[in-house]
Amino acid sequence: MKKNIEINDISKDTPTLTNVSIDDLMPLPGPGDYKGIEWKELSDDLKSEYACILDNSCILQIPNPKTKEDEDELVNKFLSGMRKLFTKENNWTFLAMLDTTMEHCAKCNTCSDACHLYEASGQNEMYRPNYRSEVFRRIYKNYIKKDLFGSFRNGDIDLNWRTIARLGELAYRCNVCRRCAQTCPIGVDNALVAREIRKIFSQELGIAPPELHDKGSMLQLSTGSSTGMTQMVVRDNVDFIDEDFSEETGFEFKTPWDVEGADILLIHNAGEIMAWPENIAAFSIIFEAAGLSWTLSSDLAAYDGINYGVFYDDVQFARTALLQAMAAKKLGVKKIVLGECGHAHKALTVIADRVLPEGLKIPRESCFPILRDIVMSGKIKFDPRRNNFPVTLHDPCNVTRLMGIIKPQREIVQKLCPQFREMHPHGPNNYCCGGGSGYAIMSRNNIPQWRSNIAGRKKLEQILNAFSDCRGPETKKYVCAPCSNCKGQIRDMFEQYELLEKEQLTYSGVVELIVNAMVDVNPGYIKWEME
Amino acid sequence: MSTLIYVVAYLSIIVFLAAAIKKIIDYKKKPIHVRWELYPVPHEGERAAYGGSCLEDVDWWQKYKKLSATKELMMDLPVMIQEILFLKAVWEHNRRLWYVTYPFHLGLYLMISFIGLLFLGAIFQLAGYSGGSPAIIIALTNLLGPMSFILVICGATGLLHRRLNDSGLRKYSSSSHFFNLGLFIFTMAISFLTWLFLDPGFTMARTFMAGLISFGLTPVSSPLFLFQVLLASLVIAYIPLTHMSHLFMKYFLYHDIRWGDAVNINSPETDAKIGVVLNYPVSWAASHIDIQGKTTWAEVATFNPVAEPETAKE
Repeated sequence: MKKNIEINDISKDTPTLTNVSIDDLMPLPGPGDYKGIEWKELSDDLKSEYACILDNSCILQIPNPKTKEDEDELVNKFLSGMRKLFTKENNWTFLAMLDTTMEHCAKCNTCSDACHLYEASGQNEMYRPNYRSEVFRRIYKNYIKKDLFGSFRNGDIDLNWRTIARLGELAYRCNVCRRCAQTCPIGVDNALVAREIRKIFSQELGIAPPELHDKGSMLQLSTGSSTGMTQMVVRDNVDFIDEDFSEETGFEFKTPWDVEGADILLIHNAGEIMAWPENIAAFSIIFEAAGLSWTLSSDLAAYDGINYGVFYDDVQFARTALLQAMAAKKLGVKKIVLGECGHAHKALTVIADRVLPEGLKIPRESCFPILRDIVMSGKIKFDPRRNNFPVTLHDPCNVTRLMGIIKPQREIVQKLCPQFREMHPHGPNNYCCGGGSGYAIMSRNNIPQWRSNIAGRKKLEQILNAFSDCRGPETKKYVCAPCSNCKGQIRDMFEQYELLEKEQLTYSGVVELIVNAMVDVNPGYIKWEME
Repeated sequence: MSTLIYVVAYLSIIVFLAAAIKKIIDYKKKPIHVRWELYPVPHEGERAAYGGSCLEDVDWWQKYKKLSATKELMMDLPVMIQEILFLKAVWEHNRRLWYVTYPFHLGLYLMISFIGLLFLGAIFQLAGYSGGSPAIIIALTNLLGPMSFILVICGATGLLHRRLNDSGLRKYSSSSHFFNLGLFIFTMAISFLTWLFLDPGFTMARTFMAGLISFGLTPVSSPLFLFQVLLASLVIAYIPLTHMSHLFMKYFLYHDIRWGDAVNINSPETDAKIGVVLNYPVSWAASHIDIQGKTTWAEVATFNPVAEPETAKE
């Protein structure tokens, strides 16, 4: 399969545009064989129902057109959406960035080497950040803007249903980590183009990955959480967590709900309640031990900080952010604090800043500064020797590159973890975990393979390198990944490559390290599952 | 013909200014956008060194002080100047390209300085300065002119070579990329030849500039000089009509977007802008947005299409 594809190959009548072979993948540091996970053949049923014509995964699931009319309809609806995307009324949110990205790219490809997907895939052309943008730009300039001498100025693009279907699918081969945008000498944002293509599909064609839309943002708007937990279920589950972890830790605590007038409304990613209850318990233990005035809310969407709209749909984003702000207003809290969830951080703190109207502008902040202040305050006694194992810190893109929260989480691990070491690069120059923009919750159609083989490969390389002095199963090692999405991605990669067994590698957040070092808590809060 | 070349030169300046102003106005007329900044942000002060922001503090909004536009610009400028003068991002992330694109850009900066010096020299000439212009201006003009011609020719040739021979660059290059580089090489080559064989002291160029400034339309007799002015006029008019308008638009891409971290606290102006955009009509067609009776952003965003109806809860 060709990996050095041309721009116009996207329109050709071929089974797929390209595939990344296991042999092409960027090698990982040994010892050990991390060759990559074999791709599975997509089922015939899937291929007959959906346009799985990009590569050997199928994330967006665009229905296959059955007639020429269906093909034309797909193209025309996309063009209609693209027209709207360039109007201030329909896209005031991102028009300035998108328009400048369309007009000023010098096509120098400086962004290519910044992209972990491009590097991990063995420099497959499809993953070059500008490939997707170039196709999109040529469609826009030649078919929507209708530039004079368009072909001369912009290059040609054959526009047919395959172009559109592949472009839509290609928008989901990017983590929107915006590392490419950070390196652009001009200020062009190719990651944004991926997001805006997703937006056309969702907002105009009504097509989005089910995990993000039907089972994601819509489920959150209907039940209150993308996990499907209703108000009653979530409270029951947290009650169980309180009981279990009070017993285990020897530290009695009760998570407060719906306390009017509390200082802090803490909003977790509700996925933590299901997958990592120790994270929920750790927050409760720390906040109670520090004597904070705080609460959770059981209002719709306010007990789940996720906001998948950030990844694909502005309207869904705004709806969720408004519900979360309204819940805080109703309780009369002084501020919202966001738990360990990167995209929730960015969504509510930064992006919503110019969406929330005057009456709903409640202060919002990250959990890391308050956790840092608690750890440094002396209110809680710590014994860092309990964390005397090699620890490295993963920087969630949304928290670091996109919000500039770099030091607080570092100061915590530096104080509490004697064997802390950085990954390289880190901070705002970090690499994405590979689960960014929603993939960590997807597990169908070769998506797990894609996440392990390509999307997460660079992060895995960084992790292995961070522990280069203690490789092997003899030493327990800990990757601190203070973001629910990142943890999901890292968990799945560790499982795929059996890193717990081979390297005694485990992962979790910052709060687990804090509780693990608390003198007033029974030792052994962090567990290596083999124990 | 002499008069016509002045008309062409005036037109090129008018087209350049009009196109640049239109691009800037079009950008400035765009509605408020959501925050989409990337760190490090230089005006975060000491935190900028490691990419930090005000969001690293507890109760950050109580400590947040909006910087004046001037102070913010003063903090951003050193980083922006490094980026503009030295193409720092290309140096750090695309070294091979830097070796050819930097001479090209440096040549253009010197060219702008050269034109500025010609302008200054022409002013002195018009003012009747003895000897035409101060010696320092003449010396600098004589230095920067040929340097800029050579650097642009070398850089553009290198870029052309890279675009033709690097398969990764070639497939993203349209015909206009090759035309643009060819145009620069040709124009600078003609300018170089004019300087070498016709106008080594840039006397004709300065006299022509004086004619432009004073509307004196001093006759130009040399066809080579006429051709040089024609080409230069074409380049000046052409730049803002292409992606090369990043020459001036880069300021907005960096300052407004990449570093646009202005927080919406105590800002009636921002609230007013948000009020405007929330009342924009929405016409997206997907069923979760296209809801009867909900036409504006505010109406659509505050409507929950899957909420349990109040009656069903009872």
